[in-house]
Amino acid sequence: MKLRRSMLFLPGANAAMLSTAFVYKPDSIMFDLEDAVSLREKDSARLLVFHALRHPVYREIETVVRINPLNTPFGLKDLEAVVRAGVDVVRLPKTDCAADVHELEAQVERIERACGREIGSTQLMAAIESASGVVNALAIATASKRLIGIALAGFDYCVDMQTERGDGSELFYARCAVLHAARAAGIDAFDVVFSDVNDEAGFLREVELIRRLGFNGKSLINPRQIELLHNAYAPSEEDVDYARRVIAAAEAAERSGLGVIALNGKMIDAPIVNQAQRTLQRALASGTRQ
Amino acid sequence: MKIIKQAIAGTLESSDLMVKVAPSDNDSLDLVISSEVIKQFGQQIRLVVLDTLAKLDVSAGSVIIEDKGALDCAIRARVQTAVLRGAGSDELNWEQLS
Repeated sequence: MKLRRSMLFLPGANAAMLSTAFVYKPDSIMFDLEDAVSLREKDSARLLVFHALRHPVYREIETVVRINPLNTPFGLKDLEAVVRAGVDVVRLPKTDCAADVHELEAQVERIERACGREIGSTQLMAAIESASGVVNALAIATASKRLIGIALAGFDYCVDMQTERGDGSELFYARCAVLHAARAAGIDAFDVVFSDVNDEAGFLREVELIRRLGFNGKSLINPRQIELLHNAYAPSEEDVDYARRVIAAAEAAERSGLGVIALNGKMIDAPIVNQAQRTLQRALASGTRQ
Repeated sequence: MKIIKQAIAGTLESSDLMVKVAPSDNDSLDLVISSEVIKQFGQQIRLVVLDTLAKLDVSAGSVIIEDKGALDCAIRARVQTAVLRGAGSDELNWEQLS
């Protein structure tokens, strides 16, 4: 069960950020070859990311690359570079339907065969950025076994919906649709970026909302947001204490061959045990909430 | 790969480097490296640049490197970008670039 609370965006053309970002320890690092890179630097960003992915400093952290759409002159070249470099996850922008994922998957498999990479070892995620994408969220989320998650991208979605970012009500349906699709497909769900890095209180309000909704995490644009996010996702001491007692009760029941788990006179079932394991995983990753 | 025109890649920001390439007048390879860490890493930078150029089959041209403390991976990427731009090449041979 891979923790993916924080996915830090890095502009693919920025050598300094690519050389240092691993020290911030987000759960995943996302090199961006799309919107954060100007047209004239697409070639240099692709090569920078290609070599960064192969550098030992990125062996211990999950790497994601947002490629350009496959219908641009850059998308397929990006894909060749990152699959060959051993990226963990390819993020496809502007995913409107399942066919977009099928096309990506076919190209990934072709490149894996060509370069000798294990077939199926490149994972995928799809970014949903339009009304069509939201309506087709379940079809997208179930389009490939390689998918580890789907993400909502707020800016383009709001443009498509002819609205603008506000108090979150403009994203409510899309968040719920993407989240339900991800859960039905058994994959992760990622929320939009919060672009005002100086508005810490607003960021934390949004994180609390999406954590309660059930999102696995959030795309981030600044390393300062990582610790805030991880702390908000960390369980309280009471949560950890309860989770430990649930796991202990489950282990005791298994040892004694009992099919039914009880704690303080209440029956505990598998979803509660799974939830307890997730709580302890988050506590192990970043302690208890401060 | 033959450098047929002047080209630049990279920046002068910290942890990056700027690479300038140009055609050679005499079919020789002229490499000039300046770096803030030339005493500690000058030889290593030179080896990385020469290895990158050799893999691209670049044997002639002027290559000027202004390093600001870049990692090896950034040096390779910037040199490759400058050479590809200088050669007017849009084809990526991943065996040469690895």
